[in-house]
Amino acid sequence: MTTHYLVLSVLLFTIGAVGVLIRRNAIVAFMCVELMLNACNLAFVTFARQHGNLDGQIIAFFVMVVAAAEVVVGLAIIVTIFRTRRSASIDDANLLKY
Amino acid sequence: METAEIIQGAGGAIGASWLMIALPLLGAAILLLGGRRTNGWGHLLGVAMSLGAFVVAVLSFVQMLGLDDSRRRQAVELFDFIPGMVKMGLLIDPLSISFALLITGVGSLIHIYSIGYMSHDPDRRRFFAYLNLFVAAMLLLVLADNYVGLYIGWEGVGLASYLLIGFWQHKPSAATAAKKAFIVNRVGDFGLAIGIFTIWTTFGSVAYGPVFEVAGEADQGVLTAIGLLLLLGACGKSAQLPLQSWLLDAMEGPTPVSALIHAATMVTAGVYLVVRSGAIFEAASTAQFVVTIVGVATLLAGAIIGCAKDDIKKALAGSTMSQIGYMMLAAGLGPVGYAFAIAHLITHGFFKANMFLGAGSVMHAMNDEVDMRKYGGLFSVMKVTAITFGIGYLAIIGFPLLSGYFTKDGIIESAMHVNPVLGWLAVAGAGITGFYMSRVMFMTFFGKRRWAPDAHPHESPAVMTIPLVILSIGSVFLGAYLILGNRLMLFLAPAVGRPADLPGFHPFSAPGLTTLALVAVGAAIAWAKYGRAEVPQVAPRGSFLTTFARRDLYGDALNESLFMRPGQWLTRIAVFFDNRAVDGLVNGLAAGIGGTSGRMRRLQNGFVRSYALSILFGAAMVVGALLYVGTL
Amino acid sequence: MPWLSILIAVPVLGSVGVALLPKGADKLAKQLTLAVSLIVLGLTIAMAVQFSPGSTDRFQFAETYRWIPSFGVHFGVGVDGIALVLIALSAVLVPIVVLASWHDADAPTAKRSVKAYFSLLLLLEAMMVGVFAATDVFLFYVFFEAMLIPMYFMIGSYGGAQRSYAAVKFLLYSLFGGLLMLVAVIALYVIADKGTFMFPELIGAITDPATQKWLFLGFFIAFAIKAPLWPFHTWLPDAAAQAPAGAAVLLVGVLDKVGTYGMLRFCLELFPDASKFFTPLVLVLSVVGIVYGAIVAIGQTDMKRLIAYTSISHFGFIAMGVFAMTANAASGATLYMVNHGFSTGALFLIAGFLIYRRGSHHIQDYGGVQKVAPVLAGTFLVAGLSGLALPGLSTFVSEFMVLIGTYERYVVPAIIATSGVVLAAIYILWMYQRVANGPTAEKVQGMRDLDSREKWVIVPLLALIVALGFFPKPILDVINPAVDKTLANVSVTEFKPAVPAVAEPKGAGE
Repeated sequence: MTTHYLVLSVLLFTIGAVGVLIRRNAIVAFMCVELMLNACNLAFVTFARQHGNLDGQIIAFFVMVVAAAEVVVGLAIIVTIFRTRRSASIDDANLLKY
Repeated sequence: METAEIIQGAGGAIGASWLMIALPLLGAAILLLGGRRTNGWGHLLGVAMSLGAFVVAVLSFVQMLGLDDSRRRQAVELFDFIPGMVKMGLLIDPLSISFALLITGVGSLIHIYSIGYMSHDPDRRRFFAYLNLFVAAMLLLVLADNYVGLYIGWEGVGLASYLLIGFWQHKPSAATAAKKAFIVNRVGDFGLAIGIFTIWTTFGSVAYGPVFEVAGEADQGVLTAIGLLLLLGACGKSAQLPLQSWLLDAMEGPTPVSALIHAATMVTAGVYLVVRSGAIFEAASTAQFVVTIVGVATLLAGAIIGCAKDDIKKALAGSTMSQIGYMMLAAGLGPVGYAFAIAHLITHGFFKANMFLGAGSVMHAMNDEVDMRKYGGLFSVMKVTAITFGIGYLAIIGFPLLSGYFTKDGIIESAMHVNPVLGWLAVAGAGITGFYMSRVMFMTFFGKRRWAPDAHPHESPAVMTIPLVILSIGSVFLGAYLILGNRLMLFLAPAVGRPADLPGFHPFSAPGLTTLALVAVGAAIAWAKYGRAEVPQVAPRGSFLTTFARRDLYGDALNESLFMRPGQWLTRIAVFFDNRAVDGLVNGLAAGIGGTSGRMRRLQNGFVRSYALSILFGAAMVVGALLYVGTL
Repeated sequence: MPWLSILIAVPVLGSVGVALLPKGADKLAKQLTLAVSLIVLGLTIAMAVQFSPGSTDRFQFAETYRWIPSFGVHFGVGVDGIALVLIALSAVLVPIVVLASWHDADAPTAKRSVKAYFSLLLLLEAMMVGVFAATDVFLFYVFFEAMLIPMYFMIGSYGGAQRSYAAVKFLLYSLFGGLLMLVAVIALYVIADKGTFMFPELIGAITDPATQKWLFLGFFIAFAIKAPLWPFHTWLPDAAAQAPAGAAVLLVGVLDKVGTYGMLRFCLELFPDASKFFTPLVLVLSVVGIVYGAIVAIGQTDMKRLIAYTSISHFGFIAMGVFAMTANAASGATLYMVNHGFSTGALFLIAGFLIYRRGSHHIQDYGGVQKVAPVLAGTFLVAGLSGLALPGLSTFVSEFMVLIGTYERYVVPAIIATSGVVLAAIYILWMYQRVANGPTAEKVQGMRDLDSREKWVIVPLLALIVALGFFPKPILDVINPAVDKTLANVSVTEFKPAVPAVAEPKGAGE
């Protein structure tokens, strides 16, 4: 009954994951992360419905709140990097290494 | 062996005999701690403390003479040293008091002599401090009533010897000789220490009285082991083969030191140890036999070395080795030899100290020249020294009726009874003694003057010659006094037991006459070569035998190739091993971990997407694991 | 009166006080440190006077407070004779070290904080008292590890050229051992299942032989690294050579004793069967250490490294004495710990004086010191002689007791170990000869003799060495009952002489 929702969730998650892995543009990668989060939300809500309790829905709200906060911080960082380096490619921002 | 019982709680002078040790020790402490403030009167304090000890020794001796034979072994309890193991105390008996008299008596004379001998040395105070320290340690060695006390004194005299040999420590040769003496002695101490351990584990005590009482009941093998271990200690201290090599180098010390420590007292400690431990040696005949072998070997080796030395002190040192060999031989003969060993020890203490001090007087006059080839004809300029030295010389070669004659003859006679081979070897040694001592005498005091151009020999001051005179008087009469009528043997009997039948005095026995003849021959050869003939200023190359003797029978070469070189290699290998192998392992481990993490950190490449990939892998693995666990 | 808590609290408070002093008050910091350490010494003496050796209590001055009730961890302190003499050793050494280190921290680079050094010193003293006083195994572990921190900084910030290498090496070695011990401590708690870490209650709690062996190894390796025994020793020469002289004294004199103390207290009593099982191994390590340490010491060219290697040899003696498990050997080993603290302490301090004057720790840079600075050379010789266990000095008594006690049960190891006396003569006298004898080296000319502060440092140590050499009874009387109680828990039989000599006949003398 809920299989379709879960399949959709998996598809969305996979698209998001692949996007994060292959796209260089920071904004796109960021969107893909959001996609993965929302895929998870979908799965949570689905399971909540399946089990007939509210736990999954509550967690979905938590995820949304965290995602919103993350967007604020993340976008701010991306904009700052873009301002200083004139590039939004995440492969260019590789100074933090060994 | 029948000895008198030890009586506890002595009184009178014997009860106060600890003063003998305490006084010189106090003197040493004052002089060392007082520093320069005591420079002015330090030597006087040193002499006073030594004389004080002598007075206590004499008073104890007098008190002992007034007692019955059965009451002549008195114990003085001092304090509990190691609870449950060692109670420190003194044992005043005929044996220890004989030594105490010799040490304090000859010691005091040498103290007095040193006032003159060291008068120009800026460090004279320190010298007297060390001398006092030596006297205290030596007295502890002979007076202690247990092996641990003896061991403390034993190492104490080793320390004093170290300090005094190296007294002129700015000379590298002196410092090296001092170190060598201490280390070789420690090899002996190693044996002595293990001997004491074995005594403790066998008898559960280290005190003489209880141990000797039951000594005979112990296992034969154990007793032999104890005997041989004690003998190793004795060999170290008394410069017997195979630990003889330090004594000749020890002549680097000031001459009074050579006289006191390396002739009269310390080097005889080994003889004391063997005689004192008589109960153990008598129950272990193998060990006893080895003692006589060591004694004979050393008496010959020392005599041969003495023949080839041009350094007057080294010639005398060779002779000391040889004479102690005689004492060892006697000490290994059992009760019949003990008294002769001690008698020879006492007379030797006199005549050898006499000769060493005489040599010091000569050196004093000759600007510290020690090479006899640069002496000659000194008789006319230093009559007192020459005559007293001559008396010592006659005594040591066994000139009839002088001290050495009686004591050495006694040793040879008793050796003949036990083992004729040993006896005849001892006779041969006496002949060689006649040669090399005559050589010293003639090269120094007779013949042509071969002095260095700036030498102006003169007689030494009275403070130096009076001790010489006193010692030479002892060299003349002491032997006859101690031996005739078995006086010393009967006196020592309560301490060391008395032989089944007392030896008589046989002046015209075959060995006695042979000895005299050989000595005369030796002296005649010496006269021909060094008295009448011209002595070359530079030593001739000499035969193989001469080189052999000159190089101390290759003892040093042997030690060097057997112990020193391999030891140096071992040290280098060990240091290398420690730095490279042990530490290298640790550092290698550290470097390995460091290297691995150095490579591992390359994973942290700064590309966010590669991190994301590894996160994905990680998450996939976790999920996979969960699924797998779910199927179980 | 809670003596031991006070003894721990006073130096801690002193340490905080010194640390809080205003900047630039260096002299005040030193004086305050000295005062606090002297107070600790006074308190220790006052406590020692009230100690009764004959008491039947296992620990005296015992205090127990609950610390982490859910795990049965207590702040439990108390002393027996063994712990008391080691606490006394620490209390004696710290004021001497403070006085000796007077200028150590302010020397060449003024960047280092003087008051931090002395604050660490006091903190270390509190740890040292605590580690010996702890009667709770967990508390012991805490002090055991916490001690590393002040010492790490003392070596790492105030040491010689290679100080950070040495400090890290020291720390890693000790932490590795400590980790094994932590595992063993936890396992001991769990397996014993007594719900407490208190040492007296854990005695005899582990009976399974295999478990005993594993736990023994956990403790023993930690202690063997700390002591250090061969082959865990290589951190010591580096640490001791790089540490400032005062810190080296405390490191070798006291900290390392925690290792041998731990063997005697924890290994032997908690795991008696395992201790007996591993005795051959430990004896081999000890004997190898004695000979090996001595031989490597002979080959050293650096004065402080040489002294450190002699200590490795000496720790071999101590460990051998502990594991010989005879009364004489164990008492001797305990006395050895104390005497070694004094003797090696004196050697390190005098080496420090020499190095401070000449600016080099290479032995070859010296020569003829005796001529220009006779008092300095004289004290060096006396300290050296105590290092080679000369009779009449305190080290002889302990070495003799260890050897004779070992000989009672293990003849061959004792004989090999006795050869150490010959090697000791070589390394000490050769060092002394190269430093003090011979012609005076050019750079040594004009070397000044000891000043009065330095005399105050060295004279008490030498006086103790001589006094205890002639009359060790007061200390042995304190140690012996404690050792007997320890060995009773290990249940070993004393040796019996083959032919027991009768007691000396008594009689009225003349």
